[in-house]
Amino acid sequence: MAAVIRLVNRSPLSSAMGQQYLALSSTAKVQAAGVRAGQALPEKVKIVEVGPRDGLQNEKTIVPTETKIHLIDMLSVSGLPVIEATSFVSPKWVPQMADQVEVMKGICRQPGVSYPVLTPNLKGFQAAVKAGASEVAIFGAASELFSKKNINCSVDESLQRFDEVMKAAKEAGVPVRGYVSCVLGCPYEGKVAPEKVAHVAKSLYSMGCYEISLGDTIGVGTPGSMSEMLEAVSREVPVNALAVHCHDTYGQALANILVALQMGISVVDSSVAGLGGCPYAQGASGNVATEDVVYMLHGLGIQTGVDLSKLMDAGAFICRSLNRKTNSKVSQATCKL
Amino acid sequence: MLNATVSEFNMLTITGHEYPEFVKIVEVGPRDGLQNEKEIVPTGVKIQLIDMLSGTGLHVIEATSFVSSKWVPQMADHTEVLRGIQRAPHVQYPVLTPNLQGFQDAVAAGATEVAVFGSASETFSKKNINCSIDESMLRFEEVINTAKEQQIPVRGYVSCALGCPHEGHIEPSKVAEVAKKLYEMGCYEISLGDTIGVGTPGSMFKMLQCVMKEVPADALAVHCHDTYGQALPNILTALQMGVCVVDSAVAGLGGCPYAQGSSGNVSTEDVLYMLHGMGIETGVNLAKVVEAGDFICNALCRKTNSKVAKARGRTL
Repeated sequence: MAAVIRLVNRSPLSSAMGQQYLALSSTAKVQAAGVRAGQALPEKVKIVEVGPRDGLQNEKTIVPTETKIHLIDMLSVSGLPVIEATSFVSPKWVPQMADQVEVMKGICRQPGVSYPVLTPNLKGFQAAVKAGASEVAIFGAASELFSKKNINCSVDESLQRFDEVMKAAKEAGVPVRGYVSCVLGCPYEGKVAPEKVAHVAKSLYSMGCYEISLGDTIGVGTPGSMSEMLEAVSREVPVNALAVHCHDTYGQALANILVALQMGISVVDSSVAGLGGCPYAQGASGNVATEDVVYMLHGLGIQTGVDLSKLMDAGAFICRSLNRKTNSKVSQATCKL
Repeated sequence: MLNATVSEFNMLTITGHEYPEFVKIVEVGPRDGLQNEKEIVPTGVKIQLIDMLSGTGLHVIEATSFVSSKWVPQMADHTEVLRGIQRAPHVQYPVLTPNLQGFQDAVAAGATEVAVFGSASETFSKKNINCSIDESMLRFEEVINTAKEQQIPVRGYVSCALGCPHEGHIEPSKVAEVAKKLYEMGCYEISLGDTIGVGTPGSMFKMLQCVMKEVPADALAVHCHDTYGQALPNILTALQMGVCVVDSAVAGLGGCPYAQGSSGNVSTEDVLYMLHGMGIETGVNLAKVVEAGDFICNALCRKTNSKVAKARGRTL
């Protein structure tokens, strides 16, 4: 098939929306589906399952260690290639992850599956490696205020802290994934400049992170702000080293993921059963549900390697354990038919 | 070998598409939404809901349905509702009219726009309105011809456009055939409904590609259900293909009769949030729609299905 690639004209457009109600929404008009010439939908998408870490971390109930291990083991046989297992952060700050060592040692690792863990500093990294971690992740923010409130230092200071982790990881041959939070808006600062996101992403990538996951931490993004941000970031970091981590707090996650795929992104973070609420919008949802993402991707003919029914089983298990309803619409719809 | 669906969808990506500058929202909460709610809603509440929606900037509010109250008890008060609402200037209040009798009652009650409901699935048509697709078209032809004489515009709906609860997969060509028939009979706009919400951007794309060979894009609308969480990406896909009319329901009113406990209509609030975030104009004030959503959810003693409304702390 001869691909006719037309360069798309972008004309500067006025943005007279006047939506005071949603101060955080982008008013950038995006013509032409935010597509750059030559980018096409990926044939395969790698799902990074963050339920056991990001999901459970935002659940109120402390989950027993065996439950966490069983959840990870169920996810391990669903075809997911990456399952974020736990976080080596101080239990003083995140009590949910206090059993980090037991979880790492207790899970049944499936060949071909990665089990990255968060390591906020060198101490956490060392503890993680000792517990058997073979991949780690570090976290930066695109918002100065968020960085200060979340980890008590500026963005640059946080990147410097990670220098130590990066060095140690390189020496140990341990790959490092970088996260950038608040990429489409900050609960304190409001709008976040795409250039700031690009700067932080580039720093993490230059430091040696093999992949940068761009997180819409409060779920305020839309296809408009997602395209704008990805345009800026992909000028600094190759698109095949980028992932999107969308929250569904405003129901926008799948639309945002679709636009990201159209811009060449092929790695998507999500959480089984949509585990994890939003600490900034009480009662609202947080992570996008893996089941709903997989449903969309398979409907597009995109391969993920994931068995949706096994995934739903894992979701049903953890929801029963947490005594809560799933946030996945696919799960809700399917079990009722 | 590139997967066929990805390869086709890539045509959308490669050739690029401009988003519409303006999208018309067709608010179906008071009819499609309430019709699928279990509780019978008092007439006064329906009227107040419509009046609140009339003040939000919405251009089209589907007010009620002139179907026999034997079949749809929720809509038994159709005449009182239509007579009781305060019509805002420049707002349309279409009503469903399944047959000539319904049409005549609607006009007698003051209707100035009507809608007819066809299906792309034979089984659904038989189970839903007790006749085949072709028989239903004959009924609608009567309505449309009479409406033409009285210069009353008619909107056409095609249900099961992306899947049927009985038949499963629906051929895009069948959707195109039914849409074309309704358009040629005289419907000014055809709303393509993903009745059970099973569609994805992949199936939406294929269906629209087919339909657009028979009906111009500017005469099409999408009516997406969010039962599988796919409504917003499906709407996004439709916009990329040139559709600029979107049906939705305030607070995501209306469950899915085919997946008990699941959601149905996509929430108007969530659609507006997306469109405004993309710089697409709608003329609608989102905050006022949230207020209308709060009102009806309080009246129904239920939580909103809108994530935008929930995020702003509007749960009960």
